[in-house]
Amino acid sequence: MTQLFSVRGFSKHFGAVAALEDVDFEVEAGEVVALVGDNGAGKSTLIKALSGIQPADEGEAFFDGEPVSLKSPQDASTLGIATVYQDLALSDNLDVVANLFLGREIVTSRIDPRLDETTMEERSTDLLSTLSVHLRSLRAVAGSLSGGQRQSVAIARSLLGDPRVVLLDEPTAALGVAQTAQVLDLIKRLRERGLGVVVISHNLADVFQVADRIVVLRLGRRVGTFDRTASQDRVVSAITGVEVEEEAK
Amino acid sequence: MTKVFRRLAEGDLGVVRVILVIALIWIYFQANNSHFLTAVNLTNLTLQTAGLGMISVGVVLVLLLGEIDLSVGAVSGLAGAVVAVLNVKHGWAAAPAILAGIAVGAAIGGAQGAIFAKIGVPSFVVTLAGLLAWQGMLLVVLGKTGTVNITDPGIVDLANKFFSHAIGWIVAVGVVAAYAASNLSRRRRRQAANLPVPSLVAVAVRIGLVAAVTFAAILVFNADRGLPLAVVILLGFVIVFDAITLRTVWGRHIFAVGGNAEAARRAGIKVDRIRIGVFALASALAGCGGILLASRLLAVNQSSGGSDTLLLAIAGPVIAGTSLFGGRGSIWSAVLGAVVIGSITNGIDLLSYPSSTRLLVTGAVLLAAVIIDALTSKRRRAVGR
Repeated sequence: MTQLFSVRGFSKHFGAVAALEDVDFEVEAGEVVALVGDNGAGKSTLIKALSGIQPADEGEAFFDGEPVSLKSPQDASTLGIATVYQDLALSDNLDVVANLFLGREIVTSRIDPRLDETTMEERSTDLLSTLSVHLRSLRAVAGSLSGGQRQSVAIARSLLGDPRVVLLDEPTAALGVAQTAQVLDLIKRLRERGLGVVVISHNLADVFQVADRIVVLRLGRRVGTFDRTASQDRVVSAITGVEVEEEAK
Repeated sequence: MTKVFRRLAEGDLGVVRVILVIALIWIYFQANNSHFLTAVNLTNLTLQTAGLGMISVGVVLVLLLGEIDLSVGAVSGLAGAVVAVLNVKHGWAAAPAILAGIAVGAAIGGAQGAIFAKIGVPSFVVTLAGLLAWQGMLLVVLGKTGTVNITDPGIVDLANKFFSHAIGWIVAVGVVAAYAASNLSRRRRRQAANLPVPSLVAVAVRIGLVAAVTFAAILVFNADRGLPLAVVILLGFVIVFDAITLRTVWGRHIFAVGGNAEAARRAGIKVDRIRIGVFALASALAGCGGILLASRLLAVNQSSGGSDTLLLAIAGPVIAGTSLFGGRGSIWSAVLGAVVIGSITNGIDLLSYPSSTRLLVTGAVLLAAVIIDALTSKRRRAVGR
């Protein structure tokens, strides 16, 4: 089976600072890969390179085994790579339906430029119910939602473009216990739908709950890969660099 | 009932709040001068309001973006002057002269918008420079005479033509029928799609309110000189731009940019293009407002669009609930705000108070409106909505 999405030898330099150094990364269909590491380890840089926002200086990318270009956000979305950003996902002043369809609104017809609110609301209802996301009203503005609901809507939004890979940047940061559980359940449902899911997280407890594989970055290099049966201590030591040699892949 | 009060306190019913303010102002002036609520005076009030309200429609668009345009007053004066000079001194017919005036507005707005969006100069500064420059350009266009009197009926009629009683009623019935039809068909579409719908009673009450206000207005106008053309023009623009902001992709994107420009950019919205378009449109609308003001004054002079035009055009929508911080507000706030300001001006003139009182009262109302807005949005956050 060919890999769904992989990159080889990704490097990114900011002046003299190497944010990423020769990093390989891969995700399969129906797999949740967690990307962990300390602050400054290069997690966000890698995600930005994978999503085309800040392309890598060097390296190759493959989608379905074919070499592809990842030089712009458009490249990524054409391939079917969707990204959910930490805080920048939603407009607080727009309602849930407007947020879900922002940038890909449906209009009544080619000659009637009015928004087709009915169809958008219908499709929103369907989408959110297949993901088991429950909201009081789809017409409530996003600013009135709880953190977990906001994150769920942001993730649901990324699915409207029928992506095959979803990149999630700190999806559970700043969430309460119940809300975190809600978002982790949603991530599991993405896996059940056969998507490749990449999750950046600081929270190892969350990571061990959902991830099939854990990739550790430290100082811009990939220093370890673990499966979910690994002990948390070994992952921590890979992140911090203590005893890292014997933990490395 | 308590639910209504709670929604008022949380600022959901902004329109109701403004209408209450207008009612209070009208009751106060009527109690002090029985001439205030006569058909003649109310008609005059709407005529005084129309030009400013038109400028405010553009201001609302800019405020929705979270930006500000300080040049709208100067642009309105300049556009009026362009129309008057082309028509009177160069013999252009009314229609092409008016189109030229609006085009000048749009070009100015497009240029200011491009400097703001592409070069990144804050809109406050770009349009402040515009405020100064276009006032200078007004003097250049007017030339040595300083004042240009307008006599061409094609321009004069804009603010001085009244429709017959029958046409007034036909317009009113048409407006109410269109409103009812659009409400009912939206409800039917939602019902067909199994989405939650408002109760028929609620829809009927809403249509009834709109009908009552429309018919009352026509009764008042017909008791005086009839439905003014200026009111038809202003409300026509308001209805069209309300639909554009709420029912089109472009309008949705204005709200998105005003609410969270970075999120809008990442959603693939061409933020620069939206910004330039809005600034061009706002200046074109300021031009339309300037032409209405010139028509009402029957002249353009060196102070056209000067003094407090700009400040009142921005104060109006803010008084009526459009946020200065972007992403929240409605085109109707342009009209409602203009009515608040126009009522204060008109009433204080009737009572022959000095203009110092007018400025003090308008300032106090603006401050009160902004304080209420700050308190209600704080409360909205407090209840987690």
